[in-house]
Amino acid sequence: MQTDTRIAIVGAGPAGLAAARTLVEAGLRPVVLEESPLAGGQGTRRLSPLTALHRSALFGASAQSITRREDAEDAVLKQCDFRTGTLAWACHDNRLELLGPDGFDSLTYTHLVIAVGATDRLMPMPGWTLPGVFTLGGAQVALKRHASFIGQKVVFAGSSPLLYLAAAQYLRLGHRDLTVLDTTPASGKARAFPAMLRHEPHTALQGVSLIAELWRGGVTLRAGVRLDRIEGDSRVQRLRYATARGRDMTAEADAVALGHGLRAETQLAELAGATFAFDPAFRQWFPRTDDRGRAGERLWLAGDSARIGGAEAADAAGSLAAQSLLESLGRAADAHCIRRDTRRLRKQHGFQRAMTDAFRWPAKQAATLADDVLVCRCERVTAGEIRAALATPSGPIEVNRVKSITRCGMGRCQGRFCGPALGEMVASATGDPPGRLRTQAPIRPIPLVFDAGPMAPEGDDT
Amino acid sequence: MVIFVARHLFQPIDPGTPRPLRFEFDGAEITARRNDTVLAAVLASRERCGVNEFDGGGRAGFCLMGSCQECTMWDEDGRRLRGCMTEAREGLRLRSRPHCGSD
Repeated sequence: MQTDTRIAIVGAGPAGLAAARTLVEAGLRPVVLEESPLAGGQGTRRLSPLTALHRSALFGASAQSITRREDAEDAVLKQCDFRTGTLAWACHDNRLELLGPDGFDSLTYTHLVIAVGATDRLMPMPGWTLPGVFTLGGAQVALKRHASFIGQKVVFAGSSPLLYLAAAQYLRLGHRDLTVLDTTPASGKARAFPAMLRHEPHTALQGVSLIAELWRGGVTLRAGVRLDRIEGDSRVQRLRYATARGRDMTAEADAVALGHGLRAETQLAELAGATFAFDPAFRQWFPRTDDRGRAGERLWLAGDSARIGGAEAADAAGSLAAQSLLESLGRAADAHCIRRDTRRLRKQHGFQRAMTDAFRWPAKQAATLADDVLVCRCERVTAGEIRAALATPSGPIEVNRVKSITRCGMGRCQGRFCGPALGEMVASATGDPPGRLRTQAPIRPIPLVFDAGPMAPEGDDT
Repeated sequence: MVIFVARHLFQPIDPGTPRPLRFEFDGAEITARRNDTVLAAVLASRERCGVNEFDGGGRAGFCLMGSCQECTMWDEDGRRLRGCMTEAREGLRLRSRPHCGSD
């Protein structure tokens, strides 16, 4: 190994772990930085010891292969400089700024792989700030990390294939009061199904068997619904919706899991110098990379933070990024691996494109949000305030400007959960595709610490 | 008709799991399972873990994976932490709002 090579991988989910595996196999020892206490990622999140008792119920026939995969990942991480609880909050001049268990630190790298995943993409609705509303991904993390159901009567609502997976996981752990309200019509899924089958027949059929499992388990399933409002005095008590035939319905509930697909976490990539392109199918901005994830002289991006694709695509992309990185170090490329991973990645991306067509992001709803609906949860900015800012006569209507005027996107989550809807509201006013919110460091709130050195002794004026 | 509404949000996946750990949240005692998170322990007995500074509405976490910051809490020294990313430990003393004006 060249002594002046220092490879940093940010994120120990499927993409980061695949990159680490490929580099370790080539005899290198990357630094792997992970914000949470465990490797694994989100969809493939490791189970809390409290939930692990139910491992075989939760994973069924896959339980053994998942255990094998996790053991293999741990074996790879033992050969890395693996740092958990470590947030990379800024990137500049080939250096990452870190906040870890022992405080602030920085890391100068020669090569950087960013694989920080995605979070739920949300369309606001009346009542979505009430206690008891969680993201759809959060509802799954509740099981796996918090060993808890989010409520006694749970509604999974929105437009995502994960509605069905999350409900099945609740069912497998014994929850018996579950409703799935899917806003996407059955016809759209039927149209996209042949493409899903062509790209990934196994996964497509798994989806069908998931729905059968929910139906057998007595889960209420409704497709093509319109979500109207979540109501409750100080917490969720019911969700009002209309069926596909326009009949008004009420679901009594004490918890709602809301999700409309996934949103790439692109902040760190932007700070590391990536440029962006708008993807009209996903209606979001992804960083530009070549076929193997290279985004700059020293920069590689992989997994959902580069482009939404799921765990299998992330594994292929992480491996390809590491192959490309090895080539840049003058190592011979493994042509067989590159061919295999490129094929896997293409298949998964084709599948995801069909899925995103079936479970469509409800972009147009942003324009119809009532004025009193909160769009920004952190700073409590309403749709009406955003509309007023859009009507400001001075200067161009641009998403970052609307953010400055309204403070929508300036709160603690830094636009992660209001950003997509804010973008669509601006887009509906301009007729252009949604703009992109610019990133500023720190990418998460961090404590401000001014270390001015030892205080001068009193009376000792200098 | 009286509708029973539980005064807590989360349901432990195994209701019988012992709760041997104790910590303090806004001066009240919270019990927790071993390997519990602070947020899961709080929401197992309450319906919120704080209030929004702008309109006083309850907040009870949202993404549960460290991204939304809606389960922000503070320790006695004014340090901010995320309830969903913090393991419950015996003797913790936490607050739903900052103690000494930091942050």
